[in-house]
Amino acid sequence: MKENVVIIGGGPSGIEAARRIRNFGYTPILIEKELRLGGHLAQWDRLFPEGVYAKEVLQTLLSDMDGIKWFTDVQILTINRLKDTYVIKLTNGISVQSKAVLITTGFQLFQAEKKEEYGYGIYNHVITNADLERYFQNRKDSRIDDPKVIGFVHCVGSRDEKAGNRQCSKVCCATAVKQACEIKQLYPDATVYCFYMDLRMFGRRYEDMYLEAQQKYGIRFIRGRVSEVSENHEGRLVVKAEDTLFGRPLRLSMDLLVLMSGIVSSHQSQELAKMIKLPVGEDGFFLPQNTILEPCKSQKQGIFFAGACTGPKTIPESLSEARAAAVAINDYFNTMTE
Amino acid sequence: MIDFGFALTPSATLQIDNLDNKLFEQLRNIEPDVAKCMACGSCTASCSAGNYTELNLRKVILSLQRGREQDTLNSLKSCMLCGKCNIVCPRGINTRHLILSICKVYNI
Repeated sequence: MKENVVIIGGGPSGIEAARRIRNFGYTPILIEKELRLGGHLAQWDRLFPEGVYAKEVLQTLLSDMDGIKWFTDVQILTINRLKDTYVIKLTNGISVQSKAVLITTGFQLFQAEKKEEYGYGIYNHVITNADLERYFQNRKDSRIDDPKVIGFVHCVGSRDEKAGNRQCSKVCCATAVKQACEIKQLYPDATVYCFYMDLRMFGRRYEDMYLEAQQKYGIRFIRGRVSEVSENHEGRLVVKAEDTLFGRPLRLSMDLLVLMSGIVSSHQSQELAKMIKLPVGEDGFFLPQNTILEPCKSQKQGIFFAGACTGPKTIPESLSEARAAAVAINDYFNTMTE
Repeated sequence: MIDFGFALTPSATLQIDNLDNKLFEQLRNIEPDVAKCMACGSCTASCSAGNYTELNLRKVILSLQRGREQDTLNSLKSCMLCGKCNIVCPRGINTRHLILSICKVYNI
C-alpha cells in the first residue's frame, strides 16, 4: 500500500514537495486554504533577478500534478496522533491519515496599516509592494495616476522591534530594486527614489540588478528610514527622512509611495504551532530540529518543514527546500520499515 | 531691522522638490559612472589630502546629487590628483577623471 503524505499549504513549496514525494512512490495529499493553488506566487507578476514571470513558474509547477490529491478552500480542524499516525480532520468533513506531515504554510506580509506614520489606508497614493505587483499584473489601480515622483520605503514592519518584527525579511531589498526598475519602465519620465537602511543584495546577480537600477534606470538611493508621511493641500504626499550619508533631514513631495511590507510568520503557522505544540522562535517562524543540518525536520517525529514557514526565503530556495523535505520524508519511511 | 539679539538660522532640511539638477545631469552625460557610486567611502579613506583638509569625495558626489554643491565644491581644490581613490574604488569609477569633470562642469 502506498503511504499518504499530508502537505499543509499549496504554495510553491507545497506543490513542488508534492511532486517530488509522488516521484518517490507516495501519495501526496495537498491542503490549501485559498480557492486555488499557488500561494503568494500567484499574486506576483515578475521575479527577481531576471524578471521571469511568476505565472510561467507556477504553470510549470502545476503542469505535472498526476498522482497528487489536493483540496482547496479547506482548513485544518484538528490534528491528533495515534501511535505513529497523524489523523487530520479537515473543514470539508474529510479526515486523512498519514505517518508524515509536511508543513509548507509559508508567510504573510506585514500589515502596512500598522505603521500608521506611513499612511497606508489613510492617504490615497500610498500602496504596498503587493498592491504594486497586482498593478503590474492588471494595470488597474486608481491610486496610481501617472506619477511623476515615486518613492519606495524599504523595511516596512521588518527590522522593527516596535512593530514586533526584529527580523530582516531578506527578499524585499531585491524586490524594491526590481519594482523600482519596473515602474521606471512604465513611467520613464518619473523620478524614482529608494529609501533604505542597508541594501541586502545577497543573491547571485542581485548586485547586478542594483547596478542596473543606478546606471540604466537612474534610481536615486537615499540611505535613511522614512520617519513620516503626510499629505499637502494639493493632495501630494510629503515624505520626511534623514539623508544619513549627508547627515541632514530631507523632505520631498511625491505622487506615489510604495511600502515594502516585510515578511512575517503566517497565521496558519501560528495556529498549527498551537495545535500540535511545535516550537516557534521569537519571530514566530517554526524552529527546525537543527538549522544547519536538518532544516526540514521539526522537533516532532513525522513532522517536516519546507519553504518560508521557517523564515523568509526566495522562490528557488523554497523549491530546493521542498525537494530536500521530500528526501527527508523518504528517509523517514525507509527507517520505519527497517 | 531691530536686533533682538538672536537670529533664525536657515533650515538644515534638504528640499528635494525644487532641486535644480541640470549641472548634475550634464556631469552624468560626460561621466556616466558617477551614478555607480554606492557611498562606501573607500575614496575618502584612502585620500591623502583628506587627512589634512575637508576633502571628502563621497560627500562631494552626494552634495552634487542633492543640489548642495556649495557645501563641498571648494574642498576639491585640495585634491592633488594622486589617484589613490581611483585605485581603491570597488565600482571601478575613474574618480580622478571624475574630479576633473566636476571641476569642468561646475566651473572650479
